[in-house]
Amino acid sequence: MNIDFTFLNKYYMFFINGTKNTIIISIFTVLIGVILGTFLALMKLSKNKILKSIASSYIEFIRGTPVMVQMFIIYYGMNLGLPDYVAGIVTLSINSSAYVAEIIRAGIQAVDKGQMEAARSLGMSHKMAMRYIIIPQAFKNILPALGNEFITVIKESSIVSVIGIPELMYNADTVRGNTFMPFAPLIVAAFIYFVLTFTLSKVVGRVERRMRAGD
Amino acid sequence: MIDVIALEKKFGKNTVLKNINVNIKKGEVVVVIGPSGSGKSTFLRCLNLLEVPTKGKIIFEGTPITDSKVNIDLHRQKMGMVFQQFNLFPHMTVLENITLAPVRVKKVPKEEAERTAMRLLRRVGLEDKADSYPSKLSGGQKQRVAIARALAMEPDVMLFDEPTSALDPEMVGEVLDVMKELAADGMTMVVVTHEMGFAREVGDRIIFMSDGEIIEEGTPEEIFVNPKHSRTRDFLGKVL
Ligand SMILES: Nc1ncnc2c1ncn2[C@@H]1O[C@H](COP(=O)(O)OP(=O)(O)O)[C@@H](O)[C@H]1O
Ligand SMILES: [Mg+2]
Repeated sequence: MNIDFTFLNKYYMFFINGTKNTIIISIFTVLIGVILGTFLALMKLSKNKILKSIASSYIEFIRGTPVMVQMFIIYYGMNLGLPDYVAGIVTLSINSSAYVAEIIRAGIQAVDKGQMEAARSLGMSHKMAMRYIIIPQAFKNILPALGNEFITVIKESSIVSVIGIPELMYNADTVRGNTFMPFAPLIVAAFIYFVLTFTLSKVVGRVERRMRAGD
Repeated sequence: MIDVIALEKKFGKNTVLKNINVNIKKGEVVVVIGPSGSGKSTFLRCLNLLEVPTKGKIIFEGTPITDSKVNIDLHRQKMGMVFQQFNLFPHMTVLENITLAPVRVKKVPKEEAERTAMRLLRRVGLEDKADSYPSKLSGGQKQRVAIARALAMEPDVMLFDEPTSALDPEMVGEVLDVMKELAADGMTMVVVTHEMGFAREVGDRIIFMSDGEIIEEGTPEEIFVNPKHSRTRDFLGKVL
């Protein structure tokens, strides 16, 4: 098979702009997802049964439904009049927050029970123990997993192409339509996605190793 | 100093402590012995409310700390605890482990807390380890740091839950030596241990527990030489 990539001479800006948008959408999604996810995790770990069940139901529901359905509900169903970009980022953030919440909850719970007990036995309040003892240790468990979530978000962000946001997938498809080439533009998009996620996974791996060495 | 009145602790349906009554006086070293699973740790952890009793009262220095209105954090500052698994904070140096609570909880100025910490480290023979991380220490060293960390809060009583059980045999002595010195200095101590030699030598009073009850208590002489109860004799027969 001979694939001709000369179309890039004319269309390369589509890929550059698409990649930029994909990165911007992913960064916003992860940032908002981490903020929402932190609150959800703290709710789920709290002693308050109502907060706990709200967080659990939310997390279960989001993780149990396709992101495409979530996006259509927010974009078409709710009809909030949000700009496309915002609707896309909101959907992806809501989706990601459920996964981030579980990452944070697991990271906190993975800290040895004796750490909280030792801190409390010294007279520290629960809050103080969380702040100085539990969270700093949980951070080491959480950070690499958050890096992996970032990778997932980059890939999943391609879904917002269906509501017309010109990110990498959407633009690759536009090039495909303009050039009547069924294959090559998608290969280019796949390659760019791979470079993004592979680079990020290398960075995550390095951070992980450095954190383990710190123990 | 500590009055335990009709203490009961259940985990679900399982009654782990039944009608425990103990009085611990200032300066006394009380050693709790008994088979594993008899409720020794649970008893000790009830004293500083790491476990919440299901019934009964604990009065510490005149305050009924089992009352829900009491701010337990305040009273825990006066009760040091040493755990079987050390529970040092792995992300902090030895010095930070020791100074954290005095600085954050008691608002002791940092320099003063560090001076105190160095004095305590000298006392447990580890002043050269101040800047090490716990992962670089041996088990015996970790436990001595844990003792120094508890002492830094200047507690009125120290609770020890099998402080030497997780140690290699050759490191048991160094930890027991620190505890002996502490006892000689007049510290009030409640010690759960399987080290019968220590119990005999250092204990003012021995409490023998079995199946969540205090079966017998008395001086080391009374318990080790003339145990009254057959269950005490059985237990001592196995461990001595
Ligand atoms: N957190 C807990 N939840 C349920 N059961 C427990 C818990 N902690 C201890 N137990 C039970 O209480 C009993 C006494 O345990 P423990 O106080 O640790 O005994 P010891 O220290 O004498 O070995 C055991 O049967 C143990 O299984
Ligand atoms: Mg025990």
